[in-house]
Amino acid sequence: MNGIRNFSIVAHIDHGKSTLADRLIQHAGLVSDRNFQDQILDNMDIERERGITIKSQTVCLPYKSRDGNEYILNLIDTPGHVDFSYEVSRALASCEGILLLVDASQGVEAQTVANLYAALEHNLTIIPVINKIDLPTANIERVREEIEIELGLDSSGAILCSAKEGIGIEDVMEAVVERIPPHNGDASKSLKALIFDAHYDSFRGAIISCRIFDGTVKADDEIKLVSFESVHTVEEVGVFRLEREKREKLSAGEVGYIIAGVKTVSDTRVGDTIVLASDPSPELLPGFKEVKPMVFSSIYPVERSDVGMLTEAIEKYKLNDAALVYQKDSSAALGQGFRCGFLGLLHLEIFQQRLDREFNIPVIMTAPSVRYKFVLNSGESVTIENPQYYPDPFEIQESLEPIVKASILLPEEYMGVVMKLCLNRRGENPRISYPVPGRLEIIVDMPLAEIIYDFYDKLKSITRGYGTFDYDFLKYQKEDLVKVDFLVNGERVDALSIVVHRERARQRAVQICDSLKEEIPRHMFKIAIQGTIGGQIISRSTVSAFRKDVTAKCYGGDITRKRKLLSKQAAGKKKMKMIGKVMIPQSAFISVLKTNED
Amino acid sequence: MKTKSPSGFYLHVPFCESKCSYCDFYSVTSITNEVITRWIRAVTAEARIREFPGVFKTLYFGGGTPSLLSKTALVEVVTKLRGVFDFDNLVETTIEVNPEDVSRDKLRTFKELGFNRISLGAQSFRDEELKFLGRRHDSETSRRALEMIREAGFKSLSLDLIHSLPGQSLSDWEYSLKSAVGFKPDHISCYQLTIKEGTKFGKLLSSGKLKEAGEDIQREMFIRTSEFLCDNGYQHYEVSNFSMGKDNESKHNSLYWEHVPYLGLGPSAHSFDGEKRWWNVSSVEKYCEELEKNRVPVADSEILSGDEFSLESLFLGLRTKKGISLDILKGYDGWEDTSAKLSALSLVEIKDGRMIPTLKGFLMADRLPLLFMD
Repeated sequence: MNGIRNFSIVAHIDHGKSTLADRLIQHAGLVSDRNFQDQILDNMDIERERGITIKSQTVCLPYKSRDGNEYILNLIDTPGHVDFSYEVSRALASCEGILLLVDASQGVEAQTVANLYAALEHNLTIIPVINKIDLPTANIERVREEIEIELGLDSSGAILCSAKEGIGIEDVMEAVVERIPPHNGDASKSLKALIFDAHYDSFRGAIISCRIFDGTVKADDEIKLVSFESVHTVEEVGVFRLEREKREKLSAGEVGYIIAGVKTVSDTRVGDTIVLASDPSPELLPGFKEVKPMVFSSIYPVERSDVGMLTEAIEKYKLNDAALVYQKDSSAALGQGFRCGFLGLLHLEIFQQRLDREFNIPVIMTAPSVRYKFVLNSGESVTIENPQYYPDPFEIQESLEPIVKASILLPEEYMGVVMKLCLNRRGENPRISYPVPGRLEIIVDMPLAEIIYDFYDKLKSITRGYGTFDYDFLKYQKEDLVKVDFLVNGERVDALSIVVHRERARQRAVQICDSLKEEIPRHMFKIAIQGTIGGQIISRSTVSAFRKDVTAKCYGGDITRKRKLLSKQAAGKKKMKMIGKVMIPQSAFISVLKTNED
Repeated sequence: MKTKSPSGFYLHVPFCESKCSYCDFYSVTSITNEVITRWIRAVTAEARIREFPGVFKTLYFGGGTPSLLSKTALVEVVTKLRGVFDFDNLVETTIEVNPEDVSRDKLRTFKELGFNRISLGAQSFRDEELKFLGRRHDSETSRRALEMIREAGFKSLSLDLIHSLPGQSLSDWEYSLKSAVGFKPDHISCYQLTIKEGTKFGKLLSSGKLKEAGEDIQREMFIRTSEFLCDNGYQHYEVSNFSMGKDNESKHNSLYWEHVPYLGLGPSAHSFDGEKRWWNVSSVEKYCEELEKNRVPVADSEILSGDEFSLESLFLGLRTKKGISLDILKGYDGWEDTSAKLSALSLVEIKDGRMIPTLKGFLMADRLPLLFMD
């Protein structure tokens, strides 16, 4: 008998994915009702706050079915953001089926559709689950219709449940057993395991999450990470309950972990294949991709003396995040720091928040940039990912910028606004297809530089959340690029410089001057903010001076209030960077990203 | 507080006929004899449980509206307080008075009870402004009140005025200033209208129905006030306060700014014993209830750390012409550079070991302390 089922739950945000996962865990008896805490799987603060999962989480659920047989259900929870779409694809590649969760009152929504496509790409069995049927606003019939029409799925097999109220949980588990196909691996073949995630443990190093496709792995085996060509000795294998649970071995079809003296998460690659070191002809499982950073930003401590602490913090963070790359960097305005590369903006934001929360070091991050290429008159070719190191304009023969193939999925009615947004962001060569009636896909070549700032947010807002978006690197393309510098009170702030298409330079410079004006607090003197190209001023704004700052009354209770306010203001000052005579807050550096167009 | 240092005494009278649109001091408008009697009983009880070893030099009845208390109530509360505290060393005894409450009878009572200073809430001499502010009196009432107060012969008279009302012009404001000066008060407080949350104006502001005067207008009003009153012989001794000679500075208010201990009784009143500050609950009901159950009616308290104490000295000092001793500044890194910069900008003057704010400095009084805090 083959008693293993590997599956994932996918859903639009707030349709109850975490709650359903919690119920399944509870039903499997892994946690007593009394110790039950909401959203067990999302164990990082940031994940809980934003309702997204950044790292995959896996849990192995024992289940005794109605027919009396015992099964192992492996729930593989996936990240939910475009920056991590590769991780999602590897997690899905580890499953045979998915539960497609739809809210009984909200119905089918943007991400439901996008997730469905991802699942179809992997040839997975899809079980529609209608959740929140207990809500007074639930409309099961309408949702069934949407599942039929918008998703093209048979809704007669949809499971009805309320994860919150614990209704229909067993039906969901039964459906997983009955409808999701068992794996077709062969334990007697040689080992083939897919890495779909890795976590760092300060005692054991990298804990590798993997799916065994063929063969068996156990302690003391010599294994090889195929793309890395590194060989390790297995120390321990096991499965994830809520904690790690050690096992003798992991065999074909199972999902679990391997600890093998791999020092950090960066010594593994998501998507890589694990084989036995003795395997004479190791082969990669399909779909492996080397993930490369797309977005670069510099990070500096507000206090120059904190650079040692910052180094330590980044090293610690890096232990658990293979996708981050970094190297030392310095800025005339901001001192010593690091240039970091990220998968995308969300990845950058998560990094920033973790540094702030876990290490509590006030830092300044500069506006993200992409990696440009320049061919110089000398024939030499240079790569620049930091506008500070932009070559002498007179030396440049050719400027090239990265172009991505963006694929946007949206309901038909938003086609006009989305096309306009793409064209405004210098999109070219749009191609339109209709994968499902009522939905269309726009594939468009776009400069990466145009999507690393608020493109995703803009797309979400103009499509009311229905637009989804993914991108892949396409090519480097020749463009007319210029560097725009910014002067604050006459001093050039190198960390604010941007590289931009010449035609867009003025418009961006005006926006940035305006944003800086909002972000830089008033001082005792007037502050001029100027945008320049090679010394020529193309935009300017002014932060007016304080002319009056005094409260009228200061008696009994006012004194305590005033003192607290001053202390708070002084603490706020500490988070600002002094450049020349001007204090610039962290937010000013990131405000360079804001646009008011579209 | 170990020694018998000079101290102030404050009583909060939390009753008003109606709430003014700008006021955020605590008061209630449902007043009955029962409520007042209960309040007096509670104040007396609070007086008995407070051990305050200072020697009271100033006494201040504020509110609310102390002047709306009947003669009986006033006599009763003063008598009860005298039964507990030693008021023999008082040099300044102030009562806040609303113009509409003034009568020769009332003034006689104030005098009999020992008040030697009247603080009159005139606020403006323009009727449409008074109406806008939600005051119950008109300018004529103020004028009559002022004549009666002068005639009664109090040692000191102070007037409160408010400027920077929305839409108020400089000449509107000068009219009120001139009218006030015509009565030769010994002291004038000129407050810029501050719109606070929870007041009627606060609600109008957040719903967009009211707009504050612009910063440039506020600044112009402030400077004009100072120039006008100084031309008329007054000294600008604190951001919002002017006196005819040093003797007429409000001794009671000055103690707040100089960390002199004071005892405040009544709902919402604040006290300070030199290290600890505490404040009572802002509710007549709760205040009385606590005292009836023999509990202290304190809402919260704080003990000032050395740093907090010096920060307060810094920002309070920079609001007065007395300024601050350079010894206080020495606790802040880079104070010499900052001082030099502020002097160069004519925001302060350094004289006899003290830093004294200029008029320009008064305008920045909330900003200056921050410049020392790095």
